[in-house]
Amino acid sequence: MEYKLTYNKYKEALMSDKFCGLKCNKCGGYTVPPKKVCMECASEDMDIVELSARGEIKTYTVIRVPPEGFDAPYIVSMVELDEGPWVMGNIVDLDPDKATMDLIGKRVSIGHKVVKGDKFSAGDGVALAFKLEG
Amino acid sequence: MREVAVVGVGMTQFGMSEKTQIEMFSEAAMDAITESNIEPRDIQALFLGNGLGDFEEGQMNMAPMCAADIGIPNVPATRFEGACASATVAMRNAYLWVASGFYDIVLAGGTEKAMAMGTPMATRTFAMGSDSRYEGFAGITFPGAFGMAAHLYSKKYGIPLQKLKEQMAMVAVKNHKNGVLNPKAQFRKEITVEKVLSGIVIADPLQLLDCCPFSDGASALVFASVDKAKELTKKPIYIAGVGQGSAGPLYTQKDFTRIKARETAVKQSYMQAGVGPKDIDVCELHDCFTIAEILATEGLGFFEFGKGSQAVEEGKTSLNGEIPINPSGGLKAKGHPIGATGAAQAYEIVKQLREECGERQVKGAKIGMIDTLGGDLATVCNMIFRR
Ligand SMILES: [Zn+2]
Repeated sequence: MEYKLTYNKYKEALMSDKFCGLKCNKCGGYTVPPKKVCMECASEDMDIVELSARGEIKTYTVIRVPPEGFDAPYIVSMVELDEGPWVMGNIVDLDPDKATMDLIGKRVSIGHKVVKGDKFSAGDGVALAFKLEG
Repeated sequence: MREVAVVGVGMTQFGMSEKTQIEMFSEAAMDAITESNIEPRDIQALFLGNGLGDFEEGQMNMAPMCAADIGIPNVPATRFEGACASATVAMRNAYLWVASGFYDIVLAGGTEKAMAMGTPMATRTFAMGSDSRYEGFAGITFPGAFGMAAHLYSKKYGIPLQKLKEQMAMVAVKNHKNGVLNPKAQFRKEITVEKVLSGIVIADPLQLLDCCPFSDGASALVFASVDKAKELTKKPIYIAGVGQGSAGPLYTQKDFTRIKARETAVKQSYMQAGVGPKDIDVCELHDCFTIAEILATEGLGFFEFGKGSQAVEEGKTSLNGEIPINPSGGLKAKGHPIGATGAAQAYEIVKQLREECGERQVKGAKIGMIDTLGGDLATVCNMIFRR
């Protein structure tokens, strides 16, 4: 069966402000970012759905020594979506020097930012951009 | 499956090297071969761990060149890549091929020249162990992944971050102390908790001395069937059990204070060896970051989940503690040439079980273990050895 939600499709959707994932017709579980089969039950029977784009910060770090091509400091965080899966992205509306353990448990809304690629990245990409709610 | 033993080991000095990856591997390999009382022509296959040779020297398909360099250009020579666990994956396969009866003698190990890349490029290439599509564009780094693990750990177990950072610093202090006793270690000087806590921050909350260095180096071991081993050496070190597990990208692992790849692997290792964590006398494990050592001591079953950081503070993992961890100095002080690391861990355990470790010898060690982690907690491979 054809790959349902490829990286390119996922990326194009994000770039038109739609955060998409896969919802399983067998078990109801969500697979985000997409995979060939359901992360919960391995079924291929999944539909592309638009997600709530909201979640909760589970952990974070501030990158101070970056890979070539990135300007530090910046915050990388793992967020648990309201639909269940965890995703990685950047907390974009907070001064990295103000990031503390208090971030954990805070609610975020999820957008995206375009990231310029390098010679190893097969073109430009997108990263999820987390904004603190309230 | 028949019994398999290590009959010879070799390892270069770790740190910055003037030599190429092939030259370093050849030195380690010939030391292992000489110690095994065999000739290169007795080797039937070469399994080589190498992580980033393509980026370090523009060298792909290095294994056949390593084989040619030691005079066996026509044996099957294969690279194994499992990021920082590459050499252990190569050794597990060497073990399996000999145990199966297909080969009698296999050379396995690894080599790496990470210092050639410089920090920005090395940070970029190490981060290639993340999911390049769904994580890489966020600028995650390898220390960043473990920084996030440290914050998760602090939150989950209710250990205030400052307290946890002090306990993490004690891991670095211990491993540097052990490194002083290892002539092949990259760093041979003691450090203090205060020094760790005053270092520059690499990825919150990890500071410079919470992190292992970039390193050059190589290590190699000769694996032989039990019959051959008994002919070749008076001190064969037997492989009692092996295990390997995987996990997908970091985001799929959710609470990664529990490393599923490790828990999968070590269950196999203990079951095959017929032992448990209490039976292990000495262990070399994957302390790429101080928090990584704490997580590993829990995942391998030495301490309860959430108690690993306290165990360090209580000295339980010191050279004379209840389970000596990383007597070689670990990745932290001995160095971490990623493709060679697992083989260097095995080198140390074989030497420990032969009682050849001098001042850092764990007295009377009979059963030893190695544990190596690759990528964003995506590959873990471990091996149990006995004398
Ligand atoms: Zn499902």
